Amino acid sequence: MKVLRKGDMTNIGRYVILIIASIIVLFPIYIMIATSFKTRVQTFSMPPVWLFIPTLKHYGTIIFRGQFLRHLSNSLVVATSTTFISIIIGALAAYSLVRFAFLGKHVVSTATLLLRMVPPAVIIIPLYILWTKLGLMNSRTGLISTYLALNLPFTIWVLRSFMMEIPVEIEESALMDGCSELGILFRIVLPLIKPGIAVASIFIFRIAWNEFIISLILTNRYTRTLPVAISLCMTEIGVQWGEITAIAVIVALPAFIFTFFSARSIIGGLTAGAVKG
Amino acid sequence: MRKKRFFGIEIDSQHERREGNVKRFLTRFTPYLFLAPAIFIFGFILLYPVFYGITLSFFQWALRDIGAKAPLFVGLKNYIEIFQSPYFLTSVRVTSIFIGVTMVAELGIGMALALLAERKTRGLHIFRTIFILPVMIAPIVVGIVWRYLYNPTYGLINYFLAIVGIKQIMWLSQSHTALASIIITDIWQWTPFVFLILLGGLQTIPDEIIEVSKIDSANYFQRLIYIKLPMIKPIIGITVVLRLIDAMRALVVMYIMTFGGPGLSTEVLALHIFKTAFHGQRLGRASAMSVFLILFMLTVAFGVLRIFRTERR
Repeated sequence: MKVLRKGDMTNIGRYVILIIASIIVLFPIYIMIATSFKTRVQTFSMPPVWLFIPTLKHYGTIIFRGQFLRHLSNSLVVATSTTFISIIIGALAAYSLVRFAFLGKHVVSTATLLLRMVPPAVIIIPLYILWTKLGLMNSRTGLISTYLALNLPFTIWVLRSFMMEIPVEIEESALMDGCSELGILFRIVLPLIKPGIAVASIFIFRIAWNEFIISLILTNRYTRTLPVAISLCMTEIGVQWGEITAIAVIVALPAFIFTFFSARSIIGGLTAGAVKG
Repeated sequence: MRKKRFFGIEIDSQHERREGNVKRFLTRFTPYLFLAPAIFIFGFILLYPVFYGITLSFFQWALRDIGAKAPLFVGLKNYIEIFQSPYFLTSVRVTSIFIGVTMVAELGIGMALALLAERKTRGLHIFRTIFILPVMIAPIVVGIVWRYLYNPTYGLINYFLAIVGIKQIMWLSQSHTALASIIITDIWQWTPFVFLILLGGLQTIPDEIIEVSKIDSANYFQRLIYIKLPMIKPIIGITVVLRLIDAMRALVVMYIMTFGGPGLSTEVLALHIFKTAFHGQRLGRASAMSVFLILFMLTVAFGVLRIFRTERR
């Protein structure tokens, strides 16, 4: 017969608390997903309906209604373009900061750190004016450029910390073999920091995909992204909870996918950021 | 005669010297070339707008007048006006309460959970995966889900409270509960994140130090206060700064849950700036408030970093 030791009680207690915390974390997410599969009546019923037959009606409505597919494609185009271009420009800049010694290096490093702090709410006003004058208003290009600017500081910083881990000797021998600087970067360094690129890409994509306020201002009904589309579904009168949560689930989908597949590297990226400072 | 291509320019060996010069030019300027795209984007899309915004704070300009009328120079008028405006001052007060309460709660709960989980816990990676979800999900989605939960009639929060015997609360429609609602939502979204970072920090403390302190017969609280907390002080500091800066920029959740209301009870500064510029049309005034926000953020950031700075021996 197993006797419960004093330590076991505290152990069970710890698990219970962690499980309760997990339930609190997951509960709203569950509600979001469940509501998207409920009928309209069920979303309003009290006491809440826990067991129900899921319906795909809302997903059908949003896909076949006017602009959802356009907004979805806008989101996809903007997020993937931003990620791709950010990585390339960021890798170039990060490599420059790591391997080269040049005038003004410290200034650029510090600037990269400080520029992270710029709040989007602050730059939208000047950007609104600037983009209007340049004709980039309501364009996906304008939006992508803005997201680039907001994401580059972080991207450079992450890629830089990964690049610093690579021994210089590898690059030196490549140089002696006649490889150009650009070649070293793209054929040697980047393949070696694939985890870093993955982490950075996830973060950039997440921000570009989830971003709301800048997209709200800089796009019109043809170029807007999904988060803005959701916000416009909420009216003072009735809220179509089924449809709104269906779009919300789709917006949250990349988050689920990334978390499921790369939780460890995401957390590693975040922790490294805080731990390494 | 060999023909060579160098970045698309055809050069033949007769012009070896020229090619040498080009190559030397490129090698010398490679760092700058590599940095050029990034610098261009920073300068054009981040720095220029920030300075433009600062300049704009000394002018008066309506949103609808862009391209039609020129801005009017008014000197410090915007700054004087905002500090006399009850709307602005209330907004600053709401923001301060928001960042203060969320910070303390998130740090406290996050630290407590981290201390619980730091010992050998099986299945820790499952908890980690769960806890990273809230920050990965778009704030707009978070706002919408919680708005559903907070609904007084069919929302689940009132449902659970009713089971415990607490009567229906009109969460988002009353001034004194609206701010609490968005604070709770923020705590829900960010505490897991704080937990993960603090846990990572605690796990970097070498086991030997803890063992030695046990041999010196230190009890749990002594170990906690004198060893663990000081050792992760820099990490706590960075987490606090990151969270405070993010909280000061918070806008989306308030936008979709309450839009600043009822009244001004949830009108955080970022939202107030947004409304002043795009609804009130007053660009100069909004820019002045933006400058204030940036200075506020810098002050808080540097202040916190100083508090958490570890002494160098």
